[in-house]
Amino acid sequence: MQLTTDRFKQNAAEALADANIQRAMRNVEGGFIDKRVAAISRLPEFDALRDNARDIKNHVLTNLDLYLETYERNVTAAGGKVHWAETGDDACAAILEICRKAGARIVTKGKSMVTEEIGLNDYLAKRDITPVETDLGEYIIQLRGEHPSHIIAPAVHVNRDQVESDFRRVHTQFDPNRDLTEPVSLLGEAREVLRQKYFEADVGITGANFLVAETGTSVIVTNEGNGDLTQTLGKVHIVVASIEKIVPTLEDTAQILRVLARSATGQDMSVYTTFSTGPRRPDDPDGPTEYHVVLLDNGRSSMLGTEYQEMLRCIRCGACMNHCPVYHAIGGHAYGSVYPGPMGAVLTPSLNGIEKTGQLPNASTFCGRCEEVCPMRIPLPKMMRHWREREFERHLEPQSARYGLGVWAFFARRPKLYRRAVSFAAPLLARLGGSKHRLASLPLAGGWTRYRDLPAPEGRTFLDQWSERQAKAARRAK
Amino acid sequence: MSARDAILGKVRRSLAAGAEDAQRRSAVAARLSDHPRGVVPKRGHLPKDERIALFEEQAVKANATVAHVAGYGDLPEAVSSFLRDKNLPAAVRMGADPRLASAPWAGQKTLEIHHGASDGEDASGVSHAFAGIAETGTLALTSGQDNPTTVNFLPENHIVVVAASDVLPDLETVWQNLRAARGTTGMPRTVNLVTGPSRSGDIEQVLLLGAHGPRALHIVIVDEA
Repeated sequence: MQLTTDRFKQNAAEALADANIQRAMRNVEGGFIDKRVAAISRLPEFDALRDNARDIKNHVLTNLDLYLETYERNVTAAGGKVHWAETGDDACAAILEICRKAGARIVTKGKSMVTEEIGLNDYLAKRDITPVETDLGEYIIQLRGEHPSHIIAPAVHVNRDQVESDFRRVHTQFDPNRDLTEPVSLLGEAREVLRQKYFEADVGITGANFLVAETGTSVIVTNEGNGDLTQTLGKVHIVVASIEKIVPTLEDTAQILRVLARSATGQDMSVYTTFSTGPRRPDDPDGPTEYHVVLLDNGRSSMLGTEYQEMLRCIRCGACMNHCPVYHAIGGHAYGSVYPGPMGAVLTPSLNGIEKTGQLPNASTFCGRCEEVCPMRIPLPKMMRHWREREFERHLEPQSARYGLGVWAFFARRPKLYRRAVSFAAPLLARLGGSKHRLASLPLAGGWTRYRDLPAPEGRTFLDQWSERQAKAARRAK
Repeated sequence: MSARDAILGKVRRSLAAGAEDAQRRSAVAARLSDHPRGVVPKRGHLPKDERIALFEEQAVKANATVAHVAGYGDLPEAVSSFLRDKNLPAAVRMGADPRLASAPWAGQKTLEIHHGASDGEDASGVSHAFAGIAETGTLALTSGQDNPTTVNFLPENHIVVVAASDVLPDLETVWQNLRAARGTTGMPRTVNLVTGPSRSGDIEQVLLLGAHGPRALHIVIVDEA
């Protein structure tokens, strides 16, 4: 997709004024958070599992070259083929070649963020191959010509009545007077339409939640079963996955699975967790006759050994965005990138460069909830700060911001002057705050006070109070 | 240079890999051969009867239904009665699993049995699970002639038979048993872990059962097996 991160402020303002988005976003706040808490409270070992999940991925990342070699060897031994792709375009080209060899006109797709990252649907459609998204949420946004606004709930920004009008517009084969008021009737209609597509498609494309080095296995985690029909009914199964999806063993996968579903949807286990190893065996009655894995780098190898390496532990559960006040306010599309929310604010600059994406690590209140809930213990706020530093070093933010920071730095480096200025300003602001103790406007801060009041200082600074308290303690000690 | 070499080369340069390679290699080899279990929750580690009760409780929480039969001799009647209760056609699709084949299906005069992979026309399918997982109420199914993968996903109603002795505490024990059962043949093409019937929350986060896979999952536990 086209990055529009440079329009972030405008996107955000539009999202805040969009009644549909605002209505839909309430489902994020209401749904995911409570379910997650309930699920983890039932598992006393949850935090120990998080630690182990983090350690497993750290071990993989420091040995990634060796695990990739092992993984490839085992895919090949099981009769599959690994295609290495340095860039998104390379991956698309490899997928196209496999599709063309299979004579594919229609390909079904399981939900996959990495195929969004490489722009696969547009790429195939331009070359006369029709991609059909089969995850209900992905299907809805494909009909709407949109991109996912959430990494596990792609259509979370869409309301039921919007889905109904999209289905009426596209599914012209059905009675126009049919009743679609209940979500279950919408689901039933999508099921009927897509059921046919699985049989028509020559190739099924899925992502992977994990690639197991030990066995050369790809793993998908879904609730609908669409990924399984996609990869079972096509003649050819193509797995598209990025290189950091590797885990060493089946046992390691079991560990991370326990934190994945709980963090994502608040389930103990998702409905379907599927381990696929190679194509159909000689005596298998079903399954694809070819099994391909397209292994994508697209900038990840350059994150290794840097302060952003830990981001490669991400298992795409979506907990960080589910708990992000900025995401709640504006939804996923406003970020203007494939990956929204806190994980996107760290990953997108790594993949696309900070020049175009500097707004994203700034779209944070630094409340720290994302790090608190991250099952892989990724220090997201710290990494957003690193990106802000890179941005500052490279003079990428607006002059006014640099000037403001310069003024701040001047005082911060001169503690005496700082204290004097603050002891002068604090009582003044307190008086200006009046009986409400709030300031509705401030010079040079109109952008900030337009949307909220600044709580006025209480009159005395922290340092004043601290030295007074120290003095009192000293007197008592005497 | 091939893309493979380019990517592996970049990974090695970023990791500054080189001198300690022997050490890294032995760490990787050890993990692969030992496959350590890590943190295994206590939840599923119970005496047999309680473990089966937990399996049942967790499966029901995931919207599955559960029935018990004493032995495979009673299985055909249990399948028939499930179909009758739900007003479903008296026909099922199943693979060549010898445990299923050992049941006296001929005793169910009106029940049609179709063998082999599903083509999408079956209302109900019967599979035999490799194992059940008490911790989460999950079924582990392995692909092949005995239990075709299509039977797990295409019929609207999925009946899964599991031997009580195969209801295990956790996924780690499933892997242990699968390694033992498969020996050097490695993984089957597909291992499906199934926890309840298919569902979606993609429309306004409202949970709806029966998305693309089965709308109903019925588990039959064979107590004496």
